[in-house]
Amino acid sequence: MRISLFIPCFVDQLAPQVGLASVKVLKKLGHEIEFRSEQTCCGQPSFNSGQWDVAREGAIRTLKVFRDAEVVVGPSGSCVAMIKKFYPELLKNTSHAAEADALAQRTFEFSEFIVRKLGITDVGASLKKKVTYHDGCHAMRELRIKEEPRQLLRAVRGLELIETEESESCCGFGGLFAVKFPMISTAMVQVKGGALARTGADYVVSSDPSCLLQIGGWLTREGKPIRPMHIAEVLAEGLTQ
Amino acid sequence: MANAREEILGRIREALKVTAPKPHFKSESHGATHSINAKPWLPDGGETESARLELLSENLAKLKANLIRVPNAAAANQALAQISQTKNWKKVAYHSHPLVSPAAEALPCEKWEVGASLDKQKLEGCDAGVTSCEALVSQLGSILVSSESSGGRSLSILPHVHVVIATTDQVVADLETCFKQVLEKHRSKLPSMLSFITGPSRTGDIERILVLGAHGPKELYVILIG
Amino acid sequence: MSNAKDIFLKEATTASADGPQRIFINKALGGYYANRDIQKARYRDWEKARDAASLAKWTAVNDLANTLETFVKKFEGNGGKVHWARDAAEARNIILKLIADAKAKAVVKSKCMTTEEIHLNDALEKAGYSVVESDLGEFIQQLRGEAPYHFVFPCMHVKREEISALFTKHLGTAPTNSPEELTMIARRHLRQLYVDADVGITGANFLIAETGQISITENEGNARLTAALPRVHIALSGIEKVVKNLDDLSVLLPMLATAGAGQPMTCYNTLYSGPQQPGECDGPKEFHLVLLDNARTQLLADPEQRDALHCIRCGACLNVCPIFKNIGGLAYGTTYQGPIGSVITPHLRGLEQWNHLSGASSLCGACTDACPVRIDLHHHLLHNRRNANQASPNLFDRLFHRGFNFVISRPRLFAFGGRVFRFTLPVLKKIPLPYLSAWLKTRDLPPAPAQSFREQWKESNHG
Ligand code: SF4
Repeated sequence: MRISLFIPCFVDQLAPQVGLASVKVLKKLGHEIEFRSEQTCCGQPSFNSGQWDVAREGAIRTLKVFRDAEVVVGPSGSCVAMIKKFYPELLKNTSHAAEADALAQRTFEFSEFIVRKLGITDVGASLKKKVTYHDGCHAMRELRIKEEPRQLLRAVRGLELIETEESESCCGFGGLFAVKFPMISTAMVQVKGGALARTGADYVVSSDPSCLLQIGGWLTREGKPIRPMHIAEVLAEGLTQ
Repeated sequence: MANAREEILGRIREALKVTAPKPHFKSESHGATHSINAKPWLPDGGETESARLELLSENLAKLKANLIRVPNAAAANQALAQISQTKNWKKVAYHSHPLVSPAAEALPCEKWEVGASLDKQKLEGCDAGVTSCEALVSQLGSILVSSESSGGRSLSILPHVHVVIATTDQVVADLETCFKQVLEKHRSKLPSMLSFITGPSRTGDIERILVLGAHGPKELYVILIG
Repeated sequence: MSNAKDIFLKEATTASADGPQRIFINKALGGYYANRDIQKARYRDWEKARDAASLAKWTAVNDLANTLETFVKKFEGNGGKVHWARDAAEARNIILKLIADAKAKAVVKSKCMTTEEIHLNDALEKAGYSVVESDLGEFIQQLRGEAPYHFVFPCMHVKREEISALFTKHLGTAPTNSPEELTMIARRHLRQLYVDADVGITGANFLIAETGQISITENEGNARLTAALPRVHIALSGIEKVVKNLDDLSVLLPMLATAGAGQPMTCYNTLYSGPQQPGECDGPKEFHLVLLDNARTQLLADPEQRDALHCIRCGACLNVCPIFKNIGGLAYGTTYQGPIGSVITPHLRGLEQWNHLSGASSLCGACTDACPVRIDLHHHLLHNRRNANQASPNLFDRLFHRGFNFVISRPRLFAFGGRVFRFTLPVLKKIPLPYLSAWLKTRDLPPAPAQSFREQWKESNHG
């Protein structure tokens, strides 16, 4: 399969290792990867801020970028939800509606793609660490992805997966919410991060790099030993090309 | 100024000119019309009589209501006397009913049958109210009382203890069945009050800690005959 | 910046910094989560039951005029009297007049958020009536002179020591730390007030068109007493509370209890279809129902958010909301707190003044998953944000997003801008930039990588 990578703008600029790890895993599974460099940002920040006219422009650009892509895979539940759930809403009753629906069908979150579309749960990775999984809200509630990443993690050799008491609680990122209402956002990450720190895990793993930015940023500031790690990075551990 | 009724109804009709999409369902089990038949998805009420009785007693126990099963009316009268003695009742209110009257009248304390009009101050001074009921719902552990079957509105709520005397054939599986029966029975006119009582009065208003007997009865007894 | 928003920001800042209080709230909700899960498990299919509940409300709301008319006809046929109120002032006047006509002195109320919505207590007190809230939580809040914190659990934020002190001050009772004893103090105090009151005011949870009954849900028994002992019973209800029939109620009553309080059924669910009837020994001589619009028809006119009128006020969305749990209920400054309040308050009180509530959400969607009638709560917050931006755009926001869009619509400019950002980040961190400094106050940013993904991709794949 020829997979077109969808790399969210801040992953591109601030967490390129997540993109590289995704490439490594998908290649290892025997697929051809492409990256279309005209892609930038999906427009979610504007969409969430009520600037739907601006977001619509971003959506139409993204449709064009992926027009003839066979499948689109992105390592972020949130940005994938933007394409899968919110592009159709943003573009309904416009001339782009059909194309938005079609792209929504062809676009997948990284772990969802491997488990649901490829039918694989063991990618051959190994990592001798104790990890806990954080459900990003968009992945869990917009895309209904819950078991898939856990299945993948359980298959990693040497990895011990433990659950957190607050695994379904929001980390408080919420895009611009994190900086428009920083006090609420911080209170939320205190609840989340506190629970994570109490697990004694080495890593908190998620399919959402934006949650990891928030959780990781707080954990480092508070000097907690548990570190953030994207699920693609975990699955890329111990793979031989 | 148009009258308020016409104006509000007018606003509603205007607003509804644009239709809203039906909610998107997780199941395809609903037809195009309004017929929900949700029974198979709600908590089970029991298929057989014995299943229903078992569920009822389980649910009442969880609700901290006391269920006393007795074989016949005479035993029911005894059961009431027993409660009255242990609780040391001084004054009991009841209403005229074939199951209730004999039991209440046999009590060794002061008895008061609420009549055509009710003295609320007097009722406030009673230790217990004894009533019959319309039905018992096994699905939820609820007891349906009404202003007709249970001596008005206050008798089942004002005294500190409420005792219900009922028979096993009054037990129905679920709310839906219960409503059907009620409509059937009171076809010409509904009692002005119908109340599902599900356990003794309770509150969690202080630190979400459960306390029984907030305003209504602190204790609820069901004497079930049959 | 609007006044309501300033107050919100201030209150939310204080509340979210109050660690012990946040822990207290979380602990108070702990029992609820456990009980809710036990009760939900008793449903043979909770998700399908939600469908049914949602459909019941959808059917009634989308045929509201007819459903209401059927209801009113039945209700009046049963001997009750209906009064229509376009807005809060009209509802207050109707109720004041009814009380005056009844020559009443004392009024007893059972918990009713709609009376909070129309600020009835103030009006009654100004008119010289003594009003007592009989629900324990509302009674405590009334003594505290504070609005309800949560529309189902009004005083869940108050500690028992505070309640004890409050009772000592107002009722002269001895201090105690036992919730049981505190409850009994209130019970004893309120008893005689019921017996003496001339008028009882309640809300209504459902109006049943088929039978003309109103349905009231409560745990304490105070609504039962309020509708039994006084001479006159006045109920106040929003027009959206009407459902078609008792079958609908057989779904809605248990779900309301389970979703909102983790109970199989609320302790008392009572249907009233009139004043005292011939042959009945007690009950009010008059039964009045005030039907309130108060901008509900405006919400009805918005098909996108019309489902917000399905709300049965169970409170489940508050109980699971991380915003509510961290800022508490008072910060909202609204009658209805939490997600449902953030959705409907802009419709009821004005979008410009109240849109900030829709902004104050991470859009996590826990509310939508919890709602027994499947209101699309968190998406409606997005809709409110969009509508607010269309109605009165904020200049800073417009510039920010237009500027951002200018960059992202030019891939090479985006790549260049990203590079500049990464290289200057250490410096940017030191200057007080909006947004960035808000982030850095409590959170770190990882060091910026030397190369972006696209740069590395280009090097390794296509030279
Ligand atoms: S919106 Fe839904 S969850 Fe929230 S109070 Fe209303 S019915 Fe309950």
